[in-house]
Amino acid sequence: MTIKAAPAKSSSFLSGLLRHQMIIPIAALLILALFNLIADPSFFRITLGYNSAGNPVLSGYPITIIDYGSELAILAIGMTLVTAASGGQDISVGAALAISGSVMLRILCGTNTSPAELQAPVIVAFLIACVVSMIFGAFNGSLVAFFRIQPMVATLILFTAGRSIAAWINNNELPIVNDVSFTYYGGYLPGIPVPTPFFIAIICFIVTWALLKFTNLGLYVQSVGINEKTSRLNGLNPELIKLLTYVLLGLCVAVAGFIKVSRLSTINYSVIAKDIEMDAILAVALGGNALSGGKFNMSASVLGAYVIQFLTTTLYKFNVQSDALSAYKAVVVILLVVLSAPVVREKLSALLKKLRPAKQAQQSV
Amino acid sequence: MGNHAMQSRTKPHGRLRNLSDTNLLTSITVIVFIVMYLFAMIVLQKGFLKPQTLFNILNANAALIILSCGMSLVMITGGIDISVGGVTALVSMSCAVLLDYHGGSVPGAMLLAICIGLAFGLVQGYLIAYLEIQPFIVTLAGMFFARGMTTIVNTAPFNVQHEGFVRLKDARIIVPFLGSYNKRGDYIDAYVEIGVVVALLIVALLFFVLKWTKTGRNFYAVGGNRQSALMLGINVKRTVFLSHLICGILAGIGGFVYFMHVGSGSASHASGAEMNAIASSIIGGTMLTGGVGNIIGTLFGVMSLALIQNIVSSIGLDQAWWTGITIAAMLCLFLVIQSIIIARRKKANLSAAADSKG
Repeated sequence: MTIKAAPAKSSSFLSGLLRHQMIIPIAALLILALFNLIADPSFFRITLGYNSAGNPVLSGYPITIIDYGSELAILAIGMTLVTAASGGQDISVGAALAISGSVMLRILCGTNTSPAELQAPVIVAFLIACVVSMIFGAFNGSLVAFFRIQPMVATLILFTAGRSIAAWINNNELPIVNDVSFTYYGGYLPGIPVPTPFFIAIICFIVTWALLKFTNLGLYVQSVGINEKTSRLNGLNPELIKLLTYVLLGLCVAVAGFIKVSRLSTINYSVIAKDIEMDAILAVALGGNALSGGKFNMSASVLGAYVIQFLTTTLYKFNVQSDALSAYKAVVVILLVVLSAPVVREKLSALLKKLRPAKQAQQSV
Repeated sequence: MGNHAMQSRTKPHGRLRNLSDTNLLTSITVIVFIVMYLFAMIVLQKGFLKPQTLFNILNANAALIILSCGMSLVMITGGIDISVGGVTALVSMSCAVLLDYHGGSVPGAMLLAICIGLAFGLVQGYLIAYLEIQPFIVTLAGMFFARGMTTIVNTAPFNVQHEGFVRLKDARIIVPFLGSYNKRGDYIDAYVEIGVVVALLIVALLFFVLKWTKTGRNFYAVGGNRQSALMLGINVKRTVFLSHLICGILAGIGGFVYFMHVGSGSASHASGAEMNAIASSIIGGTMLTGGVGNIIGTLFGVMSLALIQNIVSSIGLDQAWWTGITIAAMLCLFLVIQSIIIARRKKANLSAAADSKG
């Protein structure tokens, strides 16, 4: 749609814009927003209410999007780095998320499945979950970096075993946390009407942005992704950098898992974060990042994650069953990917060039 | 493979090196399978001494064998197809609905199954080969679409009552001389289902095509090195397209075989089948980098995966998580072996090249 609208305005500005990476998620966002505006403007209504604990909360579809899109955005941050450095994707994030959530609940609940009070401070549980998650990230990373196994296949191992390990950690029981303070992280902090996950996502984004801005990590990741051999000749250690990106993704998984278990105060091993790996990969693709590695744009991926949540929420609003959701998502994804494919773009721009001289000729006559 | 002749010329010593990558990886799998089965027969005894146990493994995994064959073909060509599980679910649900709600016939259902597979193969193949979109993303969307469509076709899972189909489902092919005696001393015939015959036929056909036809060799050439395949005058795009097309059709056939085995339609059917198919192909010696693979290996890959599940559950570790963990451990082991072999080979090739120059 956007590409077809191009010849109407000044061409050099627009073609520059079209080539910019952010155009895909932004265009998708605008299309979705426009669609919702036409179909039902009340989609954008936000109301201030009070939840059962008496705290002010904002509610409405836009709030749902920034709330539930946050885990996805956090995962997309890590996934972008992994994609850029290793030219492959980690398909085990959902399973790893189950593991880190399971570890956290195990520590918070101790041996009791539903203790009246927390057995350990939340921060301790979180830190241990982070460490465990990073160890699993390092496992994936070392398979990819040192054994040179394709990322998708290497992470298939954890994908197969992850949920089983998660169930095993808690002996297949479902621990329940009864402490109210634990629900703050996946819900609302008292007195703040905006959902906490959104703030956590923003913090994660800023920290990563700073990391990329003030260290050479971003540059190194890109150079390893573009050409591993040249990077090595330039004195980089590609294995170490790949490993590092997987460990960072592990950290992102732990944070996302923290939000997920905090939302429910419990865990369901086979359902928690189901198919989230696919959404995370789609977020990266939607952000216009090459899935074969190399250059990346973190903000585009994060925006892509929220666009996917936007789409999900829109579909839910139109009473699409949660199981049927994926069919519509697939159609949208295929459309976006086809439009952004280099071959299609080349053909379209060739078509535009053909059209333009014809127009100019008409004007001169 | 082409490598075979070259390697045996440059390095006359070392018997292992006379095997090509494909054959080496495949023989490891076959040996592992036989060792595991012998272990089960000697240590566990119980059912493993009866041939029917082996046939039961085949019966339960006929569909997976067909799906894995398609997967191997795509992987040999250097791509991947993760939509096969979704297509299987869609096929089983559509056929179930056709048979029970719309008065369809069994041949009609078969035709529908193949058409669904063909449609997925055509669209995915076109997008991947001619629009040059990454196979992972295209087939990921394919999987999403198939799973979603399954729920749209029909939400609730149900068993098919159609008479002709039930007769087909319960059809047994008796294997002579391999039956066993039960406790009362009655002879019980050993049997396989129709799906097993279909699966083995497809394995044989694909093995033949990959080994001895020009099209088959093209798959290896394109997977091994796209650039040189292009220079050799191979139509790379068409080959890639063809591999996805065949994989799609096989997914349709596999879906019907799966449907014949379970006899019901459900959106949760064959969940994770794509991952099992990939795992089987890898264990069977197919490499995701492309250019290396063997259909016989894939067959043994499926069988090894199924066997290890059987062994684990008969040892008494029947909690659900042990299956997942053992499969993952096995996959991990095979991947590490693969990567070590490839790394050593590369080194050996380099030093051989240096020797011949010096």
